[in-house]
Formats: sequence, structure tokens, C-alpha cells
Amino acid sequence: MPAITLTINNDLISARQGQTLLEVAREHGIEIPTLCHLDGLEAMGGCRLCLVELQGAPRPVPSCVTKAAEGMVVTTHSDKLVEYRKMLVELLLAERTHTCSICVQNNNCELQTLAAKLGIDHVRFDYLHQQLPMDASRERFALDHNRCVLCLRCVRVCDAVEGAHTWDVRGRGSTSRIVADLDRPWGTSTSCTDCGKCVQLCPTGALFKKGATVGEMKKERSFLNRILERRRLAAQGGTP
Amino acid sequence: MNRVELAELAETVTAQQQSCRLRLLVCCGTPCVAAGAEAVVAALREKLAALGNPADLELVGTGCQGPCSRGPLLTVLRPGQPEQVWQKTTPELAVSILEAELQQAPVPDENLLPADWPFFTRQTRLVLANSGRIDPENLEQYIACGGYESLAQVLHDMTPDQACDSVVQSGLRGRGGGGYPTGLKWQLVRKGSGSRKFIVANGDEGDPGAYMDRSLMESDPHRILEGIAIAGYAIGAEQGYIYVRGEYPVAAQRLRKAIKDAERAGLLGSRVLDSSFSFRIDIRIGAGAFVCGEETALLASIMGRRGQPRIRPPYPAEAGLWGCPTLINNVETFGNIPSIFSIGPQAFNAIGNGKSRGTKVFALCGEVVNNGLIEVPMGIPLREIVFEIGGGLANGAAFKAAQTGGPSGGCIPAEKLDTPVDYENLQALGSIMGSGGLIVMGEQSCMVDVARFFMEFCLDESCGKCVPCRTGTVEIYRLLSRICNGSASQRDLQTLEQLCQMVKDTSLCGLGAAAPNPVLSTLRWFRAEYEAHVSQRRCPAGVCTMDQLPLHLLGEQLLQRIAALRCDGEGY
Amino acid sequence: MSGDCCEHTLLVDDPRLKLVERAMKRLQYQPDALIEVLHTAQEAFGYLSRDLLSHVAAQLKLPESQVFGVATFYHFFTLRPKGEHSCIVCTGTACYVKGAGEILNTLEQAAGIKAGQTTADGRLSLGTARCLGNCSLAPMITIDDTVYGPEKPEGAVDKLNRLLEVPHEQG
Repeated sequence: MPAITLTINNDLISARQGQTLLEVAREHGIEIPTLCHLDGLEAMGGCRLCLVELQGAPRPVPSCVTKAAEGMVVTTHSDKLVEYRKMLVELLLAERTHTCSICVQNNNCELQTLAAKLGIDHVRFDYLHQQLPMDASRERFALDHNRCVLCLRCVRVCDAVEGAHTWDVRGRGSTSRIVADLDRPWGTSTSCTDCGKCVQLCPTGALFKKGATVGEMKKERSFLNRILERRRLAAQGGTP
Repeated sequence: MNRVELAELAETVTAQQQSCRLRLLVCCGTPCVAAGAEAVVAALREKLAALGNPADLELVGTGCQGPCSRGPLLTVLRPGQPEQVWQKTTPELAVSILEAELQQAPVPDENLLPADWPFFTRQTRLVLANSGRIDPENLEQYIACGGYESLAQVLHDMTPDQACDSVVQSGLRGRGGGGYPTGLKWQLVRKGSGSRKFIVANGDEGDPGAYMDRSLMESDPHRILEGIAIAGYAIGAEQGYIYVRGEYPVAAQRLRKAIKDAERAGLLGSRVLDSSFSFRIDIRIGAGAFVCGEETALLASIMGRRGQPRIRPPYPAEAGLWGCPTLINNVETFGNIPSIFSIGPQAFNAIGNGKSRGTKVFALCGEVVNNGLIEVPMGIPLREIVFEIGGGLANGAAFKAAQTGGPSGGCIPAEKLDTPVDYENLQALGSIMGSGGLIVMGEQSCMVDVARFFMEFCLDESCGKCVPCRTGTVEIYRLLSRICNGSASQRDLQTLEQLCQMVKDTSLCGLGAAAPNPVLSTLRWFRAEYEAHVSQRRCPAGVCTMDQLPLHLLGEQLLQRIAALRCDGEGY
Repeated sequence: MSGDCCEHTLLVDDPRLKLVERAMKRLQYQPDALIEVLHTAQEAFGYLSRDLLSHVAAQLKLPESQVFGVATFYHFFTLRPKGEHSCIVCTGTACYVKGAGEILNTLEQAAGIKAGQTTADGRLSLGTARCLGNCSLAPMITIDDTVYGPEKPEGAVDKLNRLLEVPHEQG
């Protein structure tokens, strides 16, 4: 693959054609926060945390989908971007009810980590306190809408990797919510295979294993790239 | 039908129309029907029947004639004489006009609109040339107005490249709001690689306070079909879709009939006008989502999915419907196409101002005397639209602001009334051209309340995919509500500005990015009004209730109450 | 839209279901035609019940959650039966600045329901629209698809009362 050269945060960096800005940045040890993005899943560009400034572009661009190109000049951590990221995480914290102290994911939560890294010590917006229901009808897993950030990793992995498409989104805007089948209790879903992929990929404690108590839920994601890699090899005709 | 037959038919119908000594055009647009146009038509029809339906008297139920607040409208045409238009026509008045005409007596001048009425004389009608002049369900009448002649010309005299070039030369830009040069878009899709290409006409007019597209689709459906067919030839597509807003059933039904009639006449379908070009158009009905006006969301909706925008690139010109290159233009943009070829791209380009060429249709509404649909040359000063065409504000009220661009636009203050209305100048004022809604507001409108109205719209219409639009709009709405109910502090005002800027910069699609515009533009031009709400807890327009207290005043009140209850009566 | 889906058992020989079947057949059971099928289904049944959605999903070979996602994304689709009559108050910009809010409040009080709801006896659904594109008639309302405007709060209530005076339609 042809190499290209671009500037990130005043450093000249070489990258391969076809790589996204996020991939290039991570390869060079530059950490760009993400939430909806997950290697292996189709990019969505919804959380807007990975926005970077691109010289010549009128607005910041999402690094998870913007391909690196020759001569690009990119800034990943300007004051403005950091402030925007803070606001975005604050919006997420205000949108649903995230009470870390009683969450299974406490200390292992991507949202919590993000907030801590960005130095968020208070939320300047109104908490919406939506008081959403919890669905514990599935035998092994449970879903608490109050902790959901609508990253849709669950929807994407269920459709593209497991092939079940149990999850989708109902409604729109701030009334959007994850649904199983025809908005039935998860326990009565006929399409769900109980594989648990969605649970492992969920960045917060919205999807969790039953029986876990505060701080006990740790998520294991290595399976995703293992599956995808084996599939890729199989498709090429190689032995997995 | 071939080109010669088309020309012959046009001639025959025109001759027949000119042989009529009297043609009565009754506007049957929705506002006129609501005002009683159907009774007028019935009375005239009855009278004509009583006269034995003479061939030289013609009654036509037309699409929108323009001054919608004055309906029912009746236009009377006589060969060789200036036309006359009556407003607020009653069945009795219509019959008495007809009778006077037949007896060659002077017609009643009750409700007769003056011949030099600026509402009519200040307009330049290209897209609306046939609106209100023809029966929208009658293909022959469209053909008599030169309809499908542009298509014939393009198919027989031009290569697809030449057709694209003509649109480039005309300087036409997208009329849906974005203002992207139409010709360039056509060339991009033409060059796009793909076994199939598609055209989508965006008729999902969702801006509150805008009804240009509805009126055009209802009043002159064939014009849109012709424009789409020309585009089909120019970019090499064989299939087009018109996405009609679900709230517009009449528009959908008229377009369906128009497609059927055109196919039957060989003006659409296979081998159009005996050429080697084949083109089909289908209707898709929207299901109520403003965001589907965004092009990638529109495509998702046509493919039966949730109307959520996706990240561009790839642009629809490269990968649109089913991954094929797709041209998306607004229906008004397509409505301009036949005119470009009939008057020539140079003549089209001669109209307008700066980089904005041609005309623009506006829905002029609000506190203005003459509500209605108008078409004006680009670059016309806003003052002329409001005070000459619109006749100023009702009851002589003072002008406060004009809102353009709907929930993605902004409010233009009185001191900017002399701004030429075009893409660049409106953008410089923090508003946008948008699809063409123009709402005039007087002193009794509160700008904070208006901003809140639009934000409520945006939060309801947000698709929910990206965080800033999904949650940011809710928080902006709450901040504005606090300002309107008197409980906001200076810090809230500050947070509001920061949040608006962030949502504008970080949202995924145009809906989210433009959602803060009504707030930002009112903050820019009417900041004093926000300040009055926050610092003095006063709504200058007298709209907001201001019945809540900000936190620091609540605390103060509490202390006072405690002090009052103390036996010694000592204050705090 | 926030309401939950209603259960409604489908009968094979229901003529309304036949309309939906015909539409799906005409559209060759293409998954892309989902929105058009839902339009037909809603027109036939008046609303989209869970069984109907499930049936459509099976026929078009779409995941149920996807069908539910589409049906709830668009404001046009309703998962609950509508009232016998409908009254819609336009709350577009032109209507808003000319006092649509007052009309809506008055109608809500008169009918005893909020916008988006149906009266307990199922006779009336009250709703709002974002803009019905008749801005020159602002403020405007529609009652059973007939357009009225410019409207005043008292006039709107009068019209509604006259409509509801007519006895309940049988069948």
C-alpha cells in the first residue's frame, strides 16, 4: 500500500493509504477519545468525540471515518476540541441517569473513564432524569436503559457479526431507545441467540450479566477481532 | 408522440384557447378552496350549463394564483384585453361578472384587484409561469404553454454534456436551501461510474412556514416531470423518484396522474418523444420526518429504512440509492430546468444578483398584509418583498423581523431590510435562503420565544444518531425555556451561547449543524431582548409569562419569608 | 408515538389484510418497500398493531426490530387506533406567530385531552402538525381533512362541537 505523509499536531507522520485518521493517530500514540467507534464494527460517527480539526475544512471532522490523505494538516487536541468533548460527555451524563456508585460497571466503564480523563467534575446542563425502565427478563443478561448512551455497538454487532439483528432503535431524537424484536421484553425475544456479544461490547453498564453487583462487570472484547479475522481468512480461501 | 406532433398539439390547443371570448380561471389551491372556491366553480358551471355550455366560454380550475389570503380568486381572460383578477369572490359575484361580460356591460368592480397591483407587477414568474394559469391535471394545457418543448429540444438537439453545460451556464443553484451549483452536481453524477444511475426529486418540504414545493407540485406537476426527465437525459439515468411529503396527498395524487398522462402521451416511459431515451418516474411518499430533507436521510427513507443521515463522503453523486450515483435536487430546482432551456441559459443567467442567478419562490406569510406565494428575481431587497409585494404589515404595525430558512435559518432585523435577498447576503446575516419560507413578524413577536419555537421543532425532529443534536437541542430548549419563564441567570445565557456553537460545529448532518441558527441569529440581532429577559425579568414583546424566579432570587425570597415570620420582625 | 404497540390478532380472511398482501405482492416482497407497505397497512387498518408489524416483517424477510424501528421513526405511523374524527392544529411558524398555541389550549380544554391523545370514547383524536403548508390561512386547523382558517379559539371549539353532535357512526 502506498505511503502518504501528513501532519498531526505539528509532527510529520507517515501513514498507509486507506487508513483513517483515528487509526493513524493511535498507531503513533496519539489518543483520540471515542465511544461509538469500535474496531471491527462499521463506523457510525455518532458520538462526535473523535472530531479533529482539519486545515481547510469548515468544521471539525470525525477521525473514525475520515481517511488520511497526503498533505493533510490535522489537530487532535485544540482548546476548542477539548472543550467540545467535555460538553459532549456532559450531555451524555445529563441525558440518562448515570449513577456510578451503584453501577455494575463502576471503575470499568468507558463513559466514566472518558469523563475522568477530560477532567469533568460537574455537569453544566440540566439532568433529564428520564426514569427509563429496566429489562431483566432475559435469563442471563439484563438491560438498563438509564445507562445507555445509544452508541449502537449492540445493534451493529448483533446484525453484522452474530447475524441475528435482535436489537434496533425505536423512536427518534431524545426518545430513541434500544428495542429487542417488536419492543418485547428481551426475555421473550425469539431472534436473540443469547450469544452475549452485545453485552461484552457495551461501553457502559447498560447491558450486563445478571448476578454481577456494583463494580463487578468487566467486559471481554477480544473475541470480536478474532471472529472477524478468521472470517476474513476464510473468505480469502486460507485456512483459519 | 414525436416532436412535430407535440408542436402541433400545442398550436391546436392555443388556437382553441384564443378563440374563446372569455376564459374564467378560478383558483382551486387549498387556501382558495378553504375560502369557498368550490362553490364559485359550481355556480359558474351551473350558469354555463344553463347557457348550453358554449364552446367560446371556458371555465378552468387552476392551481395557486398567488395572493392566497385573498381567495377565492377569479382571473378573467379575454383575447386582446388585459386580464382582470377578482379577490374574495363569491358565487354571486362570479355569476354577475359572467353575466356582465356576456351582455358586454361593465363588469362589477367590487373586489377587483387593481391592474398595477405591486403583488403581481413586482414578480418575475418563471417557475410559477403556469401556476394559476392552467388546470394542473390537464396535460394539453401544459403543452399549450410550451410544455415538454424543452425536453424535446434537449433530446433532439443536444448531447447530454451540452445539456449539463447549459445548466452550468445558467448559474442555477439548488433551491432546497444549500445553494450548491446545480450544473456542477449534474456533471459530477454524469461522470460517476455505475451501471445504473438515479434521480431523486426532493419534495419533502418540511420547513414550517413554507409551502412553495406543495404549491408547485399541485399547480404545475408536469413542469417538475419535464425537469426531471431533462436531468435524466443529461446525467444518463433511466429512473427517477419524487419523494413527496406525506402531509401532501393532493400533490402526490396530481403527480401520479401527471406521470400516467405523460406516459400515455409518450412523454415519459420508453422511447420518450420517439428518441432512444427511456425514463420512468415513480412517487415515494414520506412518512413524516423533517430530517428526510437531508439527502442521505432521504435516500435511506426511499430504501425503506429509518431516515437517518450518514456521514459523507461518499456523496450521493458517487454512491446514492443502492450504491449507484444519484442526483438529488429539490423539486423547485427541477421546476427551473424547463425555463432554462425555453428562455436560454444566458437569459436565465441575466436575472439575479452576484452568484445567485434566476428567481426564487417565497411563501410570504406572517403579519404581512398580502400573504401568498411569490416569485422574485434573486437580489431583490427584502424591503421590496415585505412592503411593496407584501403591502407592509397588517394594521400598520411596525416591522420587527423577517424569518427565512425555517428552523435552519434566522431572523433578519429591521435595520437590514435593504439587504438584497440572495444566498450570500442572507448567510452573511446569519440566516439562510432555505427553501423559501419568509415569515414577517411585528413588534408583538418575542424573539426568544420564536427561537424556542424552532428549537422545540428541532429537538422533535432530531433523528437521534449523534449526541450534539439529540441531546444538545434538548438542553438548548431547556435553557431557552428558562429565559422565557424568567428563571435564567447570566450564566445560563453564557452556557446557551457555548452550547449553540458546539452543536453547530459538531453535529453529524445539516439539520443539527443548522439547528442553533435561530438562536444564534436572534442573539446577534436582538441581544437586548435576551438581556431584558435575563437581567430585568421582562419580556419586551409581552409574550413570555416570566412566572418563575432564578435560583438566587428564590433564595432571597425564602430568607425574606423567614424574616417576616420572626417575632421581632428583624430582616435578614 | 410513545405509546406501546397494541395487540390485535390478524384474521386470514380479513379484507384489510388482503389489501396489505396485495401491496406486498405488487412490490415483490422487497425489503426496500417497507415504508410503502406500512403506508398501505396503516391506511387499511388505521394503525399498526404488533401482529401486523410482525406479519409484515415475516413477509418481507426483515428483522422485527428493524420494522419496529422504522414504524416508530416516522411520525406518520401510529401504533394505536385513532379516534373516529380527527382534529389537527397546525403549529407551523406562521400559525404559531398568529396564535395557534391559544387555539390548541382551548381545544385541549374543550376536549379534555392533550394533543396526541384520543378521547376515552374513541370519538376524537386531537393532534398537531408541524406545518400543513397553508400558511396564508394561519392560524389554521383541519377537521377530518377539511381545512379551516384563519381560525379563532371559539370558532374552532364550535366546529368541533358541531362535529361531535352528530351521533356515533355505526359499523
